[in-house]
Amino acid sequence: MRWRFVLSEMAIGLRRNLSMTIATILTIWIALAFLGGAWLFNQQINATKDYWFGKIQISVFLTKDVTQPERDAIRQQLEALPQVDKVFYESKSEAYIHFKDQFKSVPALVKNTDPSALPESYRVKLKDPKKFAIVASAVQNMPGVDQVAAEAQALKKIFKLFSGLRNGMLVVAIAILLASILLIFNNVRLAAFSRRRETGIMRLVGASDLYIQAPFILEITTSALIGGILASLLMFAIKAVIVDHGLKSAFGGILTYIGWGAVWGTIPYLILAGILIAGVTAFGTLQRYLRV
Amino acid sequence: MIRLQSVTKTYPSSSRPALDDVSVEIEKGEFVFLVGQSGSGKSTFLRLVLKEEKPSRGQIWVAGKELSRLSHWKVPALRRQIGTVFQDFRLLPNKTVRENVAFALEVIGKPRHTIAQVVPEVLDLVGLAGKEERMPDELSGGEQQRVAVARAFVNRPMILLADEPTGNLDPTTSVGIMRLLDRINRTGTTVVMATHDSHIVDSMRRRVIELESGKVTRDQSRGVYGYAR
Repeated sequence: MRWRFVLSEMAIGLRRNLSMTIATILTIWIALAFLGGAWLFNQQINATKDYWFGKIQISVFLTKDVTQPERDAIRQQLEALPQVDKVFYESKSEAYIHFKDQFKSVPALVKNTDPSALPESYRVKLKDPKKFAIVASAVQNMPGVDQVAAEAQALKKIFKLFSGLRNGMLVVAIAILLASILLIFNNVRLAAFSRRRETGIMRLVGASDLYIQAPFILEITTSALIGGILASLLMFAIKAVIVDHGLKSAFGGILTYIGWGAVWGTIPYLILAGILIAGVTAFGTLQRYLRV
Repeated sequence: MIRLQSVTKTYPSSSRPALDDVSVEIEKGEFVFLVGQSGSGKSTFLRLVLKEEKPSRGQIWVAGKELSRLSHWKVPALRRQIGTVFQDFRLLPNKTVRENVAFALEVIGKPRHTIAQVVPEVLDLVGLAGKEERMPDELSGGEQQRVAVARAFVNRPMILLADEPTGNLDPTTSVGIMRLLDRINRTGTTVVMATHDSHIVDSMRRRVIELESGKVTRDQSRGVYGYAR
């Protein structure tokens, strides 16, 4: 294989069809960016789930004037429920410590909150977090219970938002991928046609299929590689802007967030997917439109 | 070197066969004219030898290989043993004379030092020394055909197929091309040339195979173009 020759043929092809090359790079870039974005959000959903499922899912807040027999009755009731895994008691002072920790970024709020204002509570961990409604209704009307907060419910909205974002990105990604596949198909067909004189001679003098097809495939996969690299840069932007900036300021410490590792882990697959999709499309097109 | 045995070729678009039960044997080192009117099957003959088409019936041997048993990926190796020249030259307009000839070696993966050595040799052989850096459109028709012959011969094929190589050239220029093909033939290369040009056939006095409506109507060593003339 004389790579210099194949590469120079490829460079000629890329320049000859510059506008088409740019169009290919752009569509692959955007398609892969959405695909990668969907994948990152999927990881974000999993990170949130793992974090949450390992934690308290229901808080049973007690009234200010709760008596000891009432406390014991509520605890017994909770522990008797088959859906309940563990029950922790959180006193007023413990509640204040957690409160201070959770809102340490807002010192004014901490300063203005009286430690005795925070209610004592039972924190309940469920065997199956989805069964929170059964547990909540079992203790809701007991004397001494002020309020049952099912944190899973608040989380459900976040999950819904994330899943919506992920699915939306996936739909857009698939649509644009389809567009880029059609574009590549057309590009390769045109390139094969505009170089039929060269390929005809190549065939005649006994060039192998590999030699005849390699410049076309390399041309398209190079475009895909550039698109993949651009999409990867966008992954960093998504992590920095949407996750670190947007989500963190909206939800603060109640969620865990994907790290840079997730971004680095996504990039190779993204680039590989781009090259593979482009390469396979180009190869398929050549079998049809480049008689060898 | 080339042997056709009871070969029939029918194209899907036509009911009449382009070649009809043709049996021909061409020895190594022969110079053979393939004559006949347009549509008599000359081009089909050449395309079958190149394995650009498959025969509908019959068998073809080229350089010791039976073509129907030759797998797809071995076809390039077959074509490297066959040089081809056409009426319309088929040069690459954006490459120089030297690049056009070098192209044939580059695409079969020959090393660069080999190319640098053999391309000037073959250009010298075809009489184009000094015109290496010209573009095809700066050359006369005869010179362009010499480039095409150089490209076909640069890999030293065992067989040279020429499909109406003088069809676009004036008689004087044609004589020059024929001398060149004769020279190539004398290096031991088997030459098969399809042509309409009766003057050339008559003056060369080589073997003539005449096709008419896909059938061999004459096979004569040291022949002329036609009897009834």
